[in-house]
Amino acid sequence: MPEETLALVKGGSFLIQETSPEDVFTPEDFTEEHRMIAQTAQQFMENEVLPRIEEMENKEEGINEDLLRKAAEIGLVSAAIPEQYGGAGLDQISTTIVSEKTGLYGSFATTFGAHAGIGTLPIIYFGTEQQKAKYLPRLATAEWIAAYALTEAESGSDALAAKTTAVLSPDGKHYILNGTKMWITNAGFAQVFITFAKVDGEKFSCFIVERNFPGASTGAEEHKMGIRGSSTRTLILENAEVPVENVLGEIGRGHLIAFNILNFGRFKLGASAVSGIKYVTNEAIRYARERHQFGKAIIDFGAIQHKLAEMAVRIFCAESMVYRTVGMIDTAMRSIDQSSPLATTEILKAIEEYAVECSIIKVANSEILDFIVDEAVQIYGGYGYSQDYPVERCYRDARINRIFEGTNEINRLLITGMLLKRAMKGQLPLTAAARNVLNEILSFPSLEEEQNDLLSGERRILTNCKKTLLLAAGVAVQKHRDSISDQQEVLSLLSDLVIAIFAMESMLLRVLKGIARYGASKLEIQIKAVQICVHSALPEVENKAKQILAAVSEGDELRTQLAALRRFTKNTPLNLISLRQAIAQKLKEEGKYFLS
Amino acid sequence: MRILACLKQVPEKDSRYKIDDTATGIREEDLVFETNESDVYALEEALRLKEKLGGEVVVLSLGEERVLKTIKSGLAMGADSALHLTDPAFRGSDAFVIATSIARAISDQNFDVIFTGVQSEDMAFAQTGTILAQLLGWSHATIVMEVNVSEDGKNARVKRELESNLFEVVEIPLPAVLTIQSGINQPRYATLKGIMQAKKKGIRTLSAQDLGLKNSQLGSMGSVVDHQKMFFPEKKKKTVILEGTPEEAARTLMERLHKERCFSRWPSAERNSLCLARFWF
Repeated sequence: MPEETLALVKGGSFLIQETSPEDVFTPEDFTEEHRMIAQTAQQFMENEVLPRIEEMENKEEGINEDLLRKAAEIGLVSAAIPEQYGGAGLDQISTTIVSEKTGLYGSFATTFGAHAGIGTLPIIYFGTEQQKAKYLPRLATAEWIAAYALTEAESGSDALAAKTTAVLSPDGKHYILNGTKMWITNAGFAQVFITFAKVDGEKFSCFIVERNFPGASTGAEEHKMGIRGSSTRTLILENAEVPVENVLGEIGRGHLIAFNILNFGRFKLGASAVSGIKYVTNEAIRYARERHQFGKAIIDFGAIQHKLAEMAVRIFCAESMVYRTVGMIDTAMRSIDQSSPLATTEILKAIEEYAVECSIIKVANSEILDFIVDEAVQIYGGYGYSQDYPVERCYRDARINRIFEGTNEINRLLITGMLLKRAMKGQLPLTAAARNVLNEILSFPSLEEEQNDLLSGERRILTNCKKTLLLAAGVAVQKHRDSISDQQEVLSLLSDLVIAIFAMESMLLRVLKGIARYGASKLEIQIKAVQICVHSALPEVENKAKQILAAVSEGDELRTQLAALRRFTKNTPLNLISLRQAIAQKLKEEGKYFLS
Repeated sequence: MRILACLKQVPEKDSRYKIDDTATGIREEDLVFETNESDVYALEEALRLKEKLGGEVVVLSLGEERVLKTIKSGLAMGADSALHLTDPAFRGSDAFVIATSIARAISDQNFDVIFTGVQSEDMAFAQTGTILAQLLGWSHATIVMEVNVSEDGKNARVKRELESNLFEVVEIPLPAVLTIQSGINQPRYATLKGIMQAKKKGIRTLSAQDLGLKNSQLGSMGSVVDHQKMFFPEKKKKTVILEGTPEEAARTLMERLHKERCFSRWPSAERNSLCLARFWF
C-alpha cells in the first residue's frame, strides 16, 4: 500500500552498507488509508477498551471476548486474514499500525496479539485449504479465539526441549497428545490452541487443538505481576485426541512454525510498545505540567526536563525502527506471487530474512518501554507508586515484555548468532567488511574531510560505530572461532552494538528523509532528537567495544585495537543538556509527545 | 431516499491557536484538522436513515485539498459518494456564502433530506444549515435530538432541544434540512473494509465556476459578516497574596471583598477581576 516502491534490502545488511533515506519507510509515508486505520484503532482503544480497564484488571469474565468481537466487527482482528476467509487481507504496514494502537493497554495488547497474531498467523501461513476454511472465518469474527502454546514448565527459552508427546492412534485417525503447556495467553477462553508436541518423542510438530477435544483442558488463572487483565493458564493435554488433519505444517517441521511465528510476535511486541510509551509519556507530561513544587510546575525543573526529553527521544527511536522494519518486510512480501505454489516457502524466507531486525526491535523496544514507565513513575513521585494513577499499572504491565516472545537475553544471542551464521554461509559479506576494517586499522589514518552539512557529524559517528562493531566482532571471531557461540557475554555486548547502530540509523534516515521532504526548519526538534540519540550512543558503543576487546585480546594487539577504537570514537561532544531543554520546552508547550 | 450529509473540517479540539498576520483569522500552518463533531453525528443519522428506508448517502465538504481527509472518512463510515466544493475563492467565506455554494451544488440533485451538524466548533455560528434551507425554500429544524422519517419518506417527526431541559416534537414536510445536536447517537467506526472500499468511491469536485458563482459573490466580498478583528480574551484575573498572620490576612480579605463589592446582589465587572486569594500559613 505505500505509494512509493522501496528497494528490497537484505536483512542485517544495514551493518555493512549505507542506506539512502529514500529507501526507508517512515510513519510520514503512511497513506491516507493507513492514517484512517490508525484513527479507527485509536478510537476503538479509547472508546471501548480504556473505559473497561478496571473491570478487566479485576478479572471480570467475558470482557476480553466481548472486546475482541467488537474489534472484529471493525475489522481490526482480521486485518491480516486473506479476504476469501473473511478478513481484510491488508498489508503488513496496516497490521503493524493496528498492533501499535492495541498497546495503549498492555493486557489487551497481549490478548489481541495472542489471538490475531501468534494464534492466527500459523494457520494463515502454514494451514491447508481445509484448515484455513474451517478456522480463519471463525477467527476473523473472533467467534473462536486463538492461543499459542509453546512453552512448558521445563522448556522456556529452550523450546525444542519440549516434553509433550504425540503418538498416532492405532486406527491412524488421531494423534494422542500428552503434556502441559505453561503461561498460555487467552487460555481461559480460547477455542483454538496452536501447540507443539514431539511425534514419537522426537519429531517436533505443530498441532491445532480445539478446547473441546477429548483430553484437552486448562488450569487455573495465574496470578501475575502485570497484564492482569489478560488470561494466562496452563493447557493440559491428557491423552488429548487430535485428528490427523489438525497437524499444522509437516510432521517434524514444527520448529519452522514455532520460530517464524515468534519473529512476527517479536516484531509486533515492539510495535505495540510504541503506543504504550506514547501514552505513558503523555501522562507524565500532563502531570509534570500540573504538579507544582517550590512555587513552579515541575516540568520547569531541569531534572524533570532531562527525563521527559529522553523519553521523547526514545519514543521517536522506537517508532522509527518499527516502521523501517515493516517497510522492509512489506516490500519483500509484496514481491511474492501469492498464487504460486511456492508462496508459503517464499513468505517464510521473507520473514526469516528480517529475523535479526525483529529481535532487535523486541529487545530495544521492550527496554525503551521499561525505561519510560520507570521514569514516568519517578516523575509522579509518591503518586506514581499508588494504584490511583495509571503509571503504577503501566510499570507492572511493561515488565513481561523483556521476558515473553523469547527473553531479551535469548534474543541478544540470536541477533549476533544469526548474523555470524549468515556471514559464515556467505549470505551476508560481514567477514569481508570486518577484514577491511582490520586492514584499515593497520594503515595510516586517512585525513577525513570535515563536512559541515546538517547531521553530517552524526552520519560520521554512525559509520564509525559500524566500523567499531566490525572491529570488535572480527577480533572476537578470530579469537574464538567455532567456540564463539559459547561466549555469551561477548555475543550480548556485540548485540548491543548492533541494536545501537540500527536505532541510530533508523532515526537518522527518518529525519533525513523528512528534511528532504519538508525542509529542516520543520524538523528542528527531530534533528535535536537524533543528535541526542547518536551522541549518547557513541560513548556506550565505545565502552562496550572496549569490554569486548579487553576480553579477547591482550598486549600489543590490544593496544593497537584500542588505538583504532579511539580513532573510530573520536568526537567533540555536543551540549546535550541544551538540546534536551529545547525538546522539553516544546513538550511543555504542546502538552504531549509531538515528534511524529 | 437521497440523503446529503454536510461535513466541515475544523481544527482538532485541543489545538493551540495562533492569530494570523491580518488579525482576522487563525494561522492554519501548524494545525491538525478533524471532522466537526456534530457533523459526525449528522452523518451517522444519515446512514441510519438509509439503512431504514434505503437509498443513497452523499457527503459534501467545502474547502481546500485537506478536507479530502474528512470526505474520505465519511466515505469510509459508509457514505456512497461525495461532493467536494473547492476553489481558492472560497477562502474567507461566511455561512451565507457557504450555504449559497452548497445550494448551487445540489440544486439539481433531488435530495430528500440534508443533515448538518448543529454548529461548527471553530466559528460556532450555527447558521449554515438554516440559511441553506432558506435558499432552497425547504423546511428546517435545528438542534435536532431525534429523527423519525415516515415510511413514505414524505414527513419527518423530529425532537428538538430547547432551553431549560425542554424539548419539542415537530412534524415537518420533506425535503428538509435538519441540524443535528452532538451526542444523539453513537457514530459507527470506519471499519477497515470501509476504509479500503472508500478508495473506490466517487468524489465529484466542483469549483466556483462550476457552481456559476463569481468572485464577487465569494470569500469576504460575498460575505455578509465582516470579520474585523480576532483576538484572545484578555486575562483580567490576577493572584494577590495577602501578607500577615492568618487573622490579619482574613481581615484584609474581607475588606477587599467588601471594597470590590463582591457581596453586592448583582455581579459587577470588578467581581470578575478578583480571583482566589492564596494564603501562606
